[in-house]
Amino acid sequence: MAEYQNIFTRVQVTAPPYPGVPLPNDGSIGGRDGKPFLQHLIGKFGDAQIGPIYLGWTGLTSLLFGFIAFEIIGLNMLASVGWNWIEFVRQLPWLALEPPPPSYGLSFPPLNQGGWWLIAGFFLTASVLLWWLRTYQRAKAHGMGPHIAWAFGAAIWLYLVLGFFRPILMGSWGEAVPFGIFPHLDWTAAFSIRYGNLFYNPFHMLSIAFLYGATLLFAMHAATILAVSRYGGERELEQIVDRGTASERAALFWRWTMGFNATMESVHRWAWWFAILCPITGGIGILLTGTVVDNWYLWGIKHHIVAAYPQVWAAPTVDPASLPGAAP
Amino acid sequence: MSTTARKLNVAAALALAALVTAGCERPPVDEVQHGYRGTGMVQMYNPRVVAEQATHNVVPAAQPAAAEGGPSAGTVYQNVKVLGGLSVGEFSRTMLAITAWVAPKEQGCAYCHEGANFADDSKYTKVVARKMLQMTQKINADWKPHVQATGVTCYTCHRGKPVPEYVWFKDVDNTAAGGLGNRAGQNRSTAAINGASLPSDPFTPFLLGAEPIRFTGATALPTGNRKSIKQAEWTFALMTHMSQGLGVNCTYCHNSRAFNDWSQSPPQRAVAWHGIRMARALNNEFMVPLTEVFPADRKGPLGDVAKLNCATCHQGAYKPLYGASMLKDYVTALAAPVAAAPPPAEAVPAEGEAAPPAAAETSSTGDASPNGAGQPG
Repeated sequence: MAEYQNIFTRVQVTAPPYPGVPLPNDGSIGGRDGKPFLQHLIGKFGDAQIGPIYLGWTGLTSLLFGFIAFEIIGLNMLASVGWNWIEFVRQLPWLALEPPPPSYGLSFPPLNQGGWWLIAGFFLTASVLLWWLRTYQRAKAHGMGPHIAWAFGAAIWLYLVLGFFRPILMGSWGEAVPFGIFPHLDWTAAFSIRYGNLFYNPFHMLSIAFLYGATLLFAMHAATILAVSRYGGERELEQIVDRGTASERAALFWRWTMGFNATMESVHRWAWWFAILCPITGGIGILLTGTVVDNWYLWGIKHHIVAAYPQVWAAPTVDPASLPGAAP
Repeated sequence: MSTTARKLNVAAALALAALVTAGCERPPVDEVQHGYRGTGMVQMYNPRVVAEQATHNVVPAAQPAAAEGGPSAGTVYQNVKVLGGLSVGEFSRTMLAITAWVAPKEQGCAYCHEGANFADDSKYTKVVARKMLQMTQKINADWKPHVQATGVTCYTCHRGKPVPEYVWFKDVDNTAAGGLGNRAGQNRSTAAINGASLPSDPFTPFLLGAEPIRFTGATALPTGNRKSIKQAEWTFALMTHMSQGLGVNCTYCHNSRAFNDWSQSPPQRAVAWHGIRMARALNNEFMVPLTEVFPADRKGPLGDVAKLNCATCHQGAYKPLYGASMLKDYVTALAAPVAAAPPPAEAVPAEGEAAPPAAAETSSTGDASPNGAGQPG
């Protein structure tokens, strides 16, 4: 009997690879390239079958544009360490392609003053949007709902707010995020401090609630299904319409422990909405920052969401620059 | 799974764990409350790190007290421009202390003095030392808002080394010159800013120049504050340096829920504010004017002189030497500019050396009872 409690799938059923069901509109298996094959190691993580694959013009152009953006960013990083490959590898987490200085506003700056950043951003955005189109088209072609495309779209919304919509509203590409591993994290911290602590931004609060909520739901759902897989619980879709003992046990467990249970179907709606609301609310919060609100802490004071606590120092600290005769 | 495969798996898992935790510090971590309870206003110390650091912050024994009285150094020795008002005994004692604090052991007096003629100014180290003496006196006399009564001595920065361990030079970043690869002054792992990918030289704009450090708006809604996120990153880098240089968390000086709000800040923030101005003033008044004095091998890659920042004195401690005052044993020489002794016939008055009215504890009444009476030796 298969054991689903493990991270890795312990038992793999080996069967001839298959090309997948025919397309609903014409019954063909058109647009599928490559002879599918089985890969045992991949099978430990997911389906052992690799292929067939569909690229199409959206996939090809997306990969091409993504590669161009990747190269522009990578070559700039390599140039920033004097074309030294060893330093490139050693410093990679610190390296970045920086957006233009704020003094350039929304104009197109010289290439090495952020021009490369704009070009890389254009190609990366084109690549991401084309890939989005691909997820939408493939879902449609397969007779699926567009849920994956809309979920991906939610992430793209946050990406566009950070690098496109908000910089335009602020009138400066310099407000955007650098392309780099640590640099984008340092940027995030600086962004929050610049705008008076993002934790007092209610949309940031919502975003965090949905982020943690999504992980909690994911853990609850996955644990529930694994726990009843010995009764066939992993056959979730069948259990939606033909509730079996796995479904009954799982539902009763949650009613026992918290008085309420999601259903085999509704838990996926919960998870999908929590997941997409994380970047949607986050994007709204970012978009309002600097454009509508300049200091979230003071905004929080204004709207009575900041806790007051006692002064513990002998006297409130006074800004030395505010004292008469102070040096600047 | 075969034994070999199992061993390989364990080895791979250990290697992965080592890689993932390479940047981590081994526990325990002690938390010290530094603000209202339950608000995260804590300082975190690893006792193992603190114990190691304590060995670098041992205060050396003071030189034995000088005999009272005696003629002033300015009348006995030639070319004593800064400490001429000291008694010969106090002067010699101070010189011995400086030798122990700064000069390499194998060189001793000869590190600054040329041959047998101690009045000779031909060694650059002597010219620098004279300027540094003036700087020390200036700090102790005029920067009390930062150094309080604790004060500083040469040892605060030098710790027995001819060049203090933590100094800074202007950053060499010529990546803006080429066709691509502009780092915009950021994105290299630099120890002075704790390995962040923030601007690696926040010292040139803030501790040499006087660029505005503050960027947070004073109103909830936008009312014209156009400070950019990039500017915030420069300030962030300076603050990271301060945190690193003092071995403290942000919450030592700030309530992190509103970094800019003074009324919620611990009182240490005001002391630090003066520290920033002090470092800036000292770099401009004492270090930069020495640029031509230093030989090329003591300068930075851009030919600039070594300059000081917070770590130069603090060296990772919240207060240099944990707040122990070495100045108390050298008040006469270092607490303030020493009033010049009445110039004997051949003595040259110190040029350009404004000798303000000496503070009470350093008042010199001339050769007979120079100073130091009643001062701890």
